[in-house]
Amino acid sequence: MLKLIMRRLVIAVPTLLILIAISFFLMHSAPGSPFTSERALPAEVLANIEAKYHLNEPVWKQFFIYLGNLLQGDLGPSFKYKDYTVNELLAQAFPVSAKLGIASFVVAVLFGVTFGVVAAIRQNTWIDYTSMTVAMTGVVIPNFVLAPLMVLIFAIMYRWLPAGGWNDGQFKYMILPVIAMATHYIAAIARITRGSMIEVLNSNYIRTARAKGLPGGYIIFRHALRPTLLPVVSYLGPAFVGIITGSVVIETIFNIGGVGQLFVNGALNRDYSMVMGLTILIGVLTISFNAIVDILYGLIDPKIRYA
Amino acid sequence: MILKKISHAVCMSFLCIGIATHAAVVPEGVKLDKEQRLIRGNGSEPASIDPQKIEGTPGSAIARDLFEGLVSNAQDGSVIPGVAERWDVSKDKMVYTFHLRKDAHWSNGDPVTAEDFVYAFQRGVDPKLASNYAWYFELAAIKNAGAIINGKEDRSKLGVKAVDGHTFQVTLEKPLPYFVKMMVHTTTYPVPKKVVEKLGSQWTRPGKMVSNGAFKLKSWVVNEKIVLERNAEYWDNKHTVLNEVVFLPIQERNAELDRYRANEVYLTYERLPIEQFKRIKKEMADELHITSQASTYYYSFYTRKKPFDDVKVRKALSLAINREVITDKILGMGQLPTFNLTPANIDGFKAPENNIAKLSQKERNEMAKKLLAEAGYSKDKPLSFTLLYNTDDNHKKIAVAIASMWKKTLGAKVSLENQEWKTYLDNKRLGNFQVARAGWNGDYNEASTMLDLMTSKNSLNDPKYNNPEYDQLLVNAVKAENPGEFYLKAEQLLARDVPIAPIYHDVTARLVKPFVGGYHNQDPLNNIYSKDYYIIKH
Repeated sequence: MLKLIMRRLVIAVPTLLILIAISFFLMHSAPGSPFTSERALPAEVLANIEAKYHLNEPVWKQFFIYLGNLLQGDLGPSFKYKDYTVNELLAQAFPVSAKLGIASFVVAVLFGVTFGVVAAIRQNTWIDYTSMTVAMTGVVIPNFVLAPLMVLIFAIMYRWLPAGGWNDGQFKYMILPVIAMATHYIAAIARITRGSMIEVLNSNYIRTARAKGLPGGYIIFRHALRPTLLPVVSYLGPAFVGIITGSVVIETIFNIGGVGQLFVNGALNRDYSMVMGLTILIGVLTISFNAIVDILYGLIDPKIRYA
Repeated sequence: MILKKISHAVCMSFLCIGIATHAAVVPEGVKLDKEQRLIRGNGSEPASIDPQKIEGTPGSAIARDLFEGLVSNAQDGSVIPGVAERWDVSKDKMVYTFHLRKDAHWSNGDPVTAEDFVYAFQRGVDPKLASNYAWYFELAAIKNAGAIINGKEDRSKLGVKAVDGHTFQVTLEKPLPYFVKMMVHTTTYPVPKKVVEKLGSQWTRPGKMVSNGAFKLKSWVVNEKIVLERNAEYWDNKHTVLNEVVFLPIQERNAELDRYRANEVYLTYERLPIEQFKRIKKEMADELHITSQASTYYYSFYTRKKPFDDVKVRKALSLAINREVITDKILGMGQLPTFNLTPANIDGFKAPENNIAKLSQKERNEMAKKLLAEAGYSKDKPLSFTLLYNTDDNHKKIAVAIASMWKKTLGAKVSLENQEWKTYLDNKRLGNFQVARAGWNGDYNEASTMLDLMTSKNSLNDPKYNNPEYDQLLVNAVKAENPGEFYLKAEQLLARDVPIAPIYHDVTARLVKPFVGGYHNQDPLNNIYSKDYYIIKH
């Protein structure tokens, strides 16, 4: 196990470096700069600003300046939000996205797996059809439709819940965004679980267990659930990173100050340091969670062993 | 002597206006709510709330509540005293002396001094701070501003001086009749020298920030909200009614409308979703406030390349745009169709008599057809070009409509191209376009804020219009006692040479809850101040 983690770490460093280099040069090659504005700045004003942010240096030099600062844990000042550094902005936004994401993730897994298992056990009954119809609806209704619809009903018509805001993640402010965010994942998880469960239930060892006269519930939880979750886990690893690094749609609709808004606005504003900081954050998380998924694989399925 | 008397009289009249209108005036019989809290939609997260670092409207809107400059705007847009209770001008109109009120205080109790203004102005042009608005001080003709920005002079050489603790003097490079009007801009607001020097860039944080406006910073969650609370040290605090102002950076217009309908926003930002507008007009007519804005929407023709180097082609295209269709059918919020760059509501500007405006669209179309034929285009040799706009639903609707007008009337083949904001700006600046959408909101309430755009050296002159006569008119206007006639001539030149096709003057469309009292904004610059408002019991 230790060896596996060590090997992962050794590969992670060059992977991250390549990621940083590609993003850095792509970002800098996009048309316009952080300081392109409608009233083009007079040359001398622009020169002062560029000097302040080292933008007057050749791009390769800027890259090494950036790497140097990065080694000291400094992601640089935000080019757009002048009162903050990228470190400060991420420190504020990431916990918000993470809280919203983890809550949505838990909801999605609980409901998704339950729906999937129930549908598989009662395959081709009304229970199966109903839960799969709901799941399909969840997959096809995008959250930019679902979220405003829920706002209309619960916030505007009935005034039960707030239409937006976060207020440090108070419960009532979380309900609508969590539902809007989880729905798509519930649907996806339910479908994967169902398919996988049906396959497992038709396998020989389950038939053997049944022949031995074991009770149904025992078979499901003791023998069938673990292998069923294998494809679910491989879906959840990358999905988890996506879900905790924020959704621009949900954050924009509910006015939540998370990572998703920073990312999209960062790209539109050509906020180089912000986009780089977020790329690195998401890169590190993706690499970590892929490693965790691989380890979980080993635990769930003894057939999979990494030397 | 006479001049001094006059200027004193002018100052006194300003002062009267100030007392009369620049504070919340609660009419008798109106019951105030217990919770004096105003929630405002604010467009997007501000780039900064540090006066000299602010760029864009969201930051300025907050700064107008946090700070107070030399002068402010009344709700009708006129300039009224702020920290300066009066001012006088030297005979040669080169030196402005502002007399600051002695009861103005920072939120930490320190007095607001002339030294704070000197510091703020110097900071604004300091290459080390690298303010995006450094050029504004140069535009305001403050002595040595340009040289300091260029790094040729030290910031201490800027033409500003603290004569004494409460007398602030500005020396100009040339007389500028609208200098005082320019001082409503947030980039000219004072900052507390001692605090900024001690805390550096951290000074704008909640708990640390010190400001001199009716409100002070309470909390700030990036991309969620900025909360301001009443500043008990503000000199006119007794007239402030609100205890708290919340700014929400809601980017999406529909989301803002939802929050408004859910009673979570009391006063929306500047725009409403166009596709919902008819419904809003029908269902919430009493809450809808439309204010005409010092703003013009136009199409630029790139005059340096074929086919738009030919004035006949440009004129034909401008004539064939049916502006009423755009304003009435597509937008329908009260935008005004126009043939001028300068909106008629700009202070002191009288729009020229325009013969073309008097014609019917049918007659204009006939003229357009004739002109295009003279330029050598016909059915067999149709005019073909690309129309560039930045990605946005409204711009798209307008572009589609205008392209079809050009096709129908002139047989022109128009391809539409939309680009993301920064790419569009870059291409426009580099002249990589044929016809491009453009728009401009005035920075100050005077015609030059618009007409300067088409001077040959202006960075916003996308068409690359280059007419020495036009440039000279604007130079002369600055020196003139009555600049109106020069502006009139400048507009006539634009109508003759058609580097741009002005389409309409924009409006601010805002929803205001019936329980928000004191809102009667008529300012063409849309500078609003929360302290003018109060919450009625509801």
